Amino acid sequence: MYAYDEIDRTLVNERVSEFRDQVKRRLSGELTEDEFKILRLQNGVYLQLHAYMFRVAIPYGTLATDQLRALAHVARKYDRGYGHFTTRQNIQFNWIKLAELPDALEDLAKVGIHAMQTSGNNMRNVTSDQWAGVAPGEIEDPRIWSELIRQHTTLHPEFSFLPRKFKIAITASDHDRAAIKIHDIGLKLIKNEKGETGFEVLVGGGLGRTPFIGKTIKHFVHGRDILSYIEAILRVYNQYGRRDNIYKARIKILVHELGIEKFSREVEEEWQHIRNASLQIDDEVIEDIRSRFTYPAYEKLPHMPDELRQAAADADFEAWRKNSVAPHKVQGYSIVTISLKPIGKPPGDATAEQMDALADLADKYSFGEIRVGHEQNLALPHVAKRDLPALWKALDKLGLATPNVNLITDIIACPGLDYCSLANARSIPIAQELTRRFANHELANLIGRLHINISGCINACGHHHVGHIGILGVEKNGEEVYQITIGGRADEGAALGNLIGPGVKFDEVADVIEDVVEAYLALRERPEELFIDTVKRLGVEPFKERVYATR
Amino acid sequence: MTSPLEQKKIKIAGPSVVTANRTWDGIVVYRTAAKSWSADLSEAAIVRNSDEAKALLAESVADDVGAIGPYIAPVQVGADGKIEPGNLREQIRRTGVTIGQSAQA
Repeated sequence: MYAYDEIDRTLVNERVSEFRDQVKRRLSGELTEDEFKILRLQNGVYLQLHAYMFRVAIPYGTLATDQLRALAHVARKYDRGYGHFTTRQNIQFNWIKLAELPDALEDLAKVGIHAMQTSGNNMRNVTSDQWAGVAPGEIEDPRIWSELIRQHTTLHPEFSFLPRKFKIAITASDHDRAAIKIHDIGLKLIKNEKGETGFEVLVGGGLGRTPFIGKTIKHFVHGRDILSYIEAILRVYNQYGRRDNIYKARIKILVHELGIEKFSREVEEEWQHIRNASLQIDDEVIEDIRSRFTYPAYEKLPHMPDELRQAAADADFEAWRKNSVAPHKVQGYSIVTISLKPIGKPPGDATAEQMDALADLADKYSFGEIRVGHEQNLALPHVAKRDLPALWKALDKLGLATPNVNLITDIIACPGLDYCSLANARSIPIAQELTRRFANHELANLIGRLHINISGCINACGHHHVGHIGILGVEKNGEEVYQITIGGRADEGAALGNLIGPGVKFDEVADVIEDVVEAYLALRERPEELFIDTVKRLGVEPFKERVYATR
Repeated sequence: MTSPLEQKKIKIAGPSVVTANRTWDGIVVYRTAAKSWSADLSEAAIVRNSDEAKALLAESVADDVGAIGPYIAPVQVGADGKIEPGNLREQIRRTGVTIGQSAQA
C-alpha cells in the first residue's frame, strides 16, 4: 500500500472544499451549466441517462480495506447500493445526486480517495498491472513509477486543458495485464545492459472511433528521465493536437498523421531542451516514493500446504482454483482474482455488502489489500495458499466465487444504453445472455481462454476492438444492431479484431456467438489451441461461413 | 439509438416533448405546459411541429437552474391521450435499466 503524506491529504481536502463551493454556486444559479460543466468533469461527474454518474479513481488499481469500505459507504448512503468497476481502474456510481456529491467526496477524502481528473481533457488515472509488486518475474513494482507520474500530472497546469483526454498505463511484466498498447502512452519497465531501470515507451495507442495499436517511440528511456520524456510527448501533443475536431483530437491521430518518425523527432527536440533540467529525477525521490509503499511481512510457508492438498479432492474448489488462483512471487502465497462476472449479472458490478465483506476477507487473508484490474475483476494479492480453501468458501457465500476468470463468461462490457448518454445500443443485457448461454462450467472450460468485449457505441469503453470476440452495438434505422469482430487482443501481442460480416440484431447476438464458438471447437487442431490462435491460423473466413451460411 | 448529443437540427416527425435531467439530483424530467419540470411524462407539453419544438426548447434551455441538457425527444400519444416514449433510449430513461438490476428503484 502507498501511504499518502500531508501534501496529498491537503490537496484532496482542499479540492473537496473547492468543489463544495462550486456545487453551491451552481445550485444557486450563480454558475451556469456551461460554466460548471468543465468543473464537474474535472471532478469525475458526468451526466448520464438517468442521473449524474460519479467516477472515482483507484490509482494503479490498489485499494486498502478502509478505502473499499468507504466506496461501499458511498454506494449505500449516496447511491443505490452498488458500484461499477470500469476498464480503467475506476469505480462508477450511477445514481448520485449533485447536491450530495460534496459530502460523498468528503467521506472518500478521509481515506485518501478522490475523483480528480477521472474525466475531462486532462491526464486520467494512471493505471497499472493489478498484480504489481507480487507477480513473479516482474522487473520491479511499477506502482512506484505510476505514483511518480500521478503526482507530477495531478493538477499540472500545462496539462489540464489538453486537446483531449490522455491515458497512461504501466507494466513491469512480460505478460501485459495493463493493456499498455491501447493507451496514449504505454510504459514497459525494463533494464538496460547496465542493469539500470528504464522504460520502453509506446505512444499513440487507443480505441474508439479510430483504433490504433501503440507504437514504440523510444526503446529505452532511463528512469530518471521518464518525467521529462513524458512531458516532451505531452508538449508536442499540446502544441499540434487538433482542437477543431473532437474525433481527431487524440494523440493517436497526431501520431498517425505525422508518422511515428516525425512525431518522435519532434519529441526528441523538445526533450533535449528539458531533459537535464528540473524534471530529472533524483534517486532520493524514487526512494522516498518506494519507502511509502509498504509490503506485507510474509511468512515462510510451504509450497504445497496440507489444506490445499486436502481441498484438491473437491471438484468445485479445484474448478475455482484453476481459473482464479495465480502464482505469487513469494513461496506459499497466491494471487486470487475475484470474478465480478456472476452468471446473469452485469459485468463489473459489486454491491455495498460485497465490498464490505470483501474488505473483511482482505483483512483476514490478504494483508488488508485489494486490487482492481482492467478486466473489471478484483484481486486479493497476498493470500497464503493454506487459506485458499477457507477463502473460497467465504467468497462463494458472497456470490464472488464464479469459476470463470479468463473464460468466455468473464466478459468485459461498458454500461451501454442502459446507463450511458453516448451509447447507441445496450451492452449489459447482451453480456447477461451470453453468460447464461455458456453457464455450464465444463463447456466454458472446454472452450478455454476466450475474452469477449462488448461496447454499446463506437467510443469503445468495452474495448471491443481488442476482444478475442468483440461486439459493437450501433443503431441502424432506430434498431440496435451489433457488429462482431474476432481476433483482437489487449496483451503484449495486442491486435485489432476483424469484422466477420454484417451486423446482427439484438436477439441474434448470442446465437451468432454460439456459432463462432462451435466453429472454433470444430476447427481447433488440439484442445490446447486457444480461440485466438485458431483465428490467427485460419483468419476470419471459416467463422464467417459458419455464421452467415444459414442467415 | 441516436444520442441527442448528436441532435443537430430540430426536425420532428411526430409528437415530441422536451426532456432533461433535474439539476440538483439528475433525475429525468419533462417540460410542462406550465413552464415547469415534471418527472411524470404524462404532464409533459406535447409539440407537433418544428416551430413549437424550437419555442419549447428555447424556454427550457433558459431554465438553466431547473434542469440541464434539454433536448427534444419523440413520444407516441395513444387514442386515449396516454403518452409513451418514442424510442428505446427514452423508454429506458423513463422506466429504468433493462438489466434486472435489483438495486433499481
